[in-house]
Amino acid sequence: MMSSKLQISLVAGLLIAVGLGLTLYKTIELDFPLLPGEKQDVWTLESKITFNPGDGPVEIALALPETQAGWVMLDEYFASSGFGFSVEDDAGKRQAKWTRQSQEHPTTLYYKLQVYRADISELGTSPVPSVVSPELSDDRRTAMERVVSSLRERSSGPVSFTALLLQQLAQGGMDQDAAFLFGTREATDLTVAMDVLSFAGIPSQRVRGVYLEDGRRRQQMSTLLEVFDNGSWYLFDPTTAKPGLPENFFVWQRGERFVLDVIGGTSSQLEFAIVKNTLPVKTVLSMEQQAGDKLMLDFSIYALPVEQQGMFKGLLLLPVGALVVVLLRVMVGIRTSGTFMPILIALAFIQTSLITGLVIFLTVVSAGLWIRSYLSHLNLLLVARITAVVILVILIMATLSIVTYKLGFEQALTVTFLPTIILSWTIERMSILWEEEGAHEVLVQGGGSLLAAILAYLLMTMELVAHLTFNFPELMISLLGVVLLLGKYTGYRLSELYRFRYLRKDWQ
Amino acid sequence: MKFISPGELRRLGVLGMNSRNVNYIGATNERHRFPLVDDKLKTKRLAQDHGMRVPKLFGVLSIQHEIQSLEKTLEGLERFVIKPAHGSGGKGILVVCERRAQEFVKSSGTVISLRDVKRHTSNILSGLYSLGGRTDVAMIEDMIIFDPLLSDFSYEGVPDIRVIVYRGFPVMAMMRCATHASDGKANLHQGAVGVGLDIKTGCSVCAVQNNARVDKHPDTGIGFENLQLPHWQEILDLACGCYEMTGLGYFGADIVLDKYRGPMILELNARPGLAIQIANQAGLAKRLQAIDRLETVDRSIAERTELARTMFAQKPDQV
Repeated sequence: MMSSKLQISLVAGLLIAVGLGLTLYKTIELDFPLLPGEKQDVWTLESKITFNPGDGPVEIALALPETQAGWVMLDEYFASSGFGFSVEDDAGKRQAKWTRQSQEHPTTLYYKLQVYRADISELGTSPVPSVVSPELSDDRRTAMERVVSSLRERSSGPVSFTALLLQQLAQGGMDQDAAFLFGTREATDLTVAMDVLSFAGIPSQRVRGVYLEDGRRRQQMSTLLEVFDNGSWYLFDPTTAKPGLPENFFVWQRGERFVLDVIGGTSSQLEFAIVKNTLPVKTVLSMEQQAGDKLMLDFSIYALPVEQQGMFKGLLLLPVGALVVVLLRVMVGIRTSGTFMPILIALAFIQTSLITGLVIFLTVVSAGLWIRSYLSHLNLLLVARITAVVILVILIMATLSIVTYKLGFEQALTVTFLPTIILSWTIERMSILWEEEGAHEVLVQGGGSLLAAILAYLLMTMELVAHLTFNFPELMISLLGVVLLLGKYTGYRLSELYRFRYLRKDWQ
Repeated sequence: MKFISPGELRRLGVLGMNSRNVNYIGATNERHRFPLVDDKLKTKRLAQDHGMRVPKLFGVLSIQHEIQSLEKTLEGLERFVIKPAHGSGGKGILVVCERRAQEFVKSSGTVISLRDVKRHTSNILSGLYSLGGRTDVAMIEDMIIFDPLLSDFSYEGVPDIRVIVYRGFPVMAMMRCATHASDGKANLHQGAVGVGLDIKTGCSVCAVQNNARVDKHPDTGIGFENLQLPHWQEILDLACGCYEMTGLGYFGADIVLDKYRGPMILELNARPGLAIQIANQAGLAKRLQAIDRLETVDRSIAERTELARTMFAQKPDQV
């Protein structure tokens, strides 16, 4: 017994030392800051080009973004399996070119870049394109004239003209003339708006880019509309008519050039996977200096593909939640319903926010318990009964979403983040517990689970914890050591000091 | 102040849950032997093979389909118990002590129908009362008619005697008496009364309900101070014999006293609870360490019980 204890202590000590040592190395040698400090959002965009190749040679050209409006590029990578690859200069713009003599299977090419926004500024100057009035048939020309004159009457200049036009398009409040004008199949709000602007003699161009949303997998490219007036450019979002450059819009390219050009292939698509890492400014700066020399990044999660990085962000928090559960059960002696159910609930709380999550959880579980009490009269087989509870839980969740959405509380929509199967088992266990041991035990275990979940949630959402787990995953090795030690903890639990209180001398 | 300090607990030699799990259950109970006690059917057959007395087994139901013929199995049985082979904490035990025409009278006096009995059995088979919700088998066995000497100490249920056996030595014992609050079950956390028993004499040391001391049974009003268990030596021998039978280093033997057949093994528990220490007003860790200090533990049952009776004698003046 002693030797096993010694062994555990040695192994645990070693693990803790290794974890801390690696952390120290990264802090001192590689300059990773231990504390969060001032933050900078670094966005990693992974562009994915997919297409079905034809018979002959294929050539894919992708316009590369120029960083503007305060965006700074930290790094870029290309993946081109079996393709000839070059970055070319095409009339002052960079473009990536992949070529191959023949290609049989549908294939995917990647271009990944890391950017951050050093300061928020407007887009600079850009050559003004010449205005070419669209060619229209007579009846359309008449309609167009009426639309333009009606807009001119109500606007004071090209900018308010555009704003009015886009508002009308966005709200669908067009008159008959306009409806006729826009009644063709290929026309989108954007092309129509650009036609109207050209007709009115206002220079305009597209601004293509990506809306940055953390964790998005299949984001498409979006387009903004830019009009030129009196020496400067004005941006509009054509779908909402909102003026200005949205803060989370990464500008890829201004003007009418292509973004993706595939020769010799069909069904080409450009999609983006996006992940946000909030990094200390210090790290970002050193990354910028060392762009190209990736030794430091090889040690961290940042070396992984974007989608996996997103996964690991959540995954790396799990051990922290598990540690809370271990501590509460081993040192404090709190009883929970299901060993690690509290962690799953805590993870759901991260998505829903604490109060909303708690309210939804309690609502679903109480409703479930209430209906489940009827099921217990029906004398069903266990698996069928659990399945019935699963279906009920989903129905309750759907009802909750619909009712609260209609009432105007959108928060309740996050109900889908709660783990359905876990909820069902919780309801089943609680229900049996209620029948056998009474409501008191349900409150004790349910309360214990929720307490553990809330504590785990509070810890997992701490900025410092998120910073440490993501930047220093090797701390998990130390955590493993601590958990091993806890596994050999033979001292009293806090709850036992209460349980055995009647053994006190003065009680006898 | 409603707490006891860890220092005082240590001084009393009280065994905590963590220490029990790591130092005793984990260290002396081999994993592959657990099924012998977790499965009550296996325990029963094993005990029968070793010539130990157990309540008579009337039948076993293992698939839902067999419930159709439950009526036949129960035919002519005036009293019986249906319980899951893998149940824990006294869950899922149905005790029928009387039959009235088509109806069954539970030990609590509640009258239930055959349909209720079938439902209960079906629940057992589908794993409702079992650890981990696994499918289970239902055992139908004889109801104990408990010794009239003990009848005043229990309400609506069988009192049983829990003996903690460590390395073959009986280290601590208590009688668990069902109360109205515990619904006829003899589990302390459900509200049953635990009466600590002196290992030397089988006399009561102290009685507790819900961790607090009581002097008399809350339902029958009988005081525990004069309780002395009959067949004490036999009870200890029976409990100790389970050490050879199962090979488990640390377990609790649950023994009942039948009016006609004497002490019988009801079941064994590889993770016995710690409340027995409150009932005895004594710490287990001290006694377990005393056993660990013995030079050789390779002794016969009689030697072991004899030694334990001298080692763990308690002054009966505490009640």
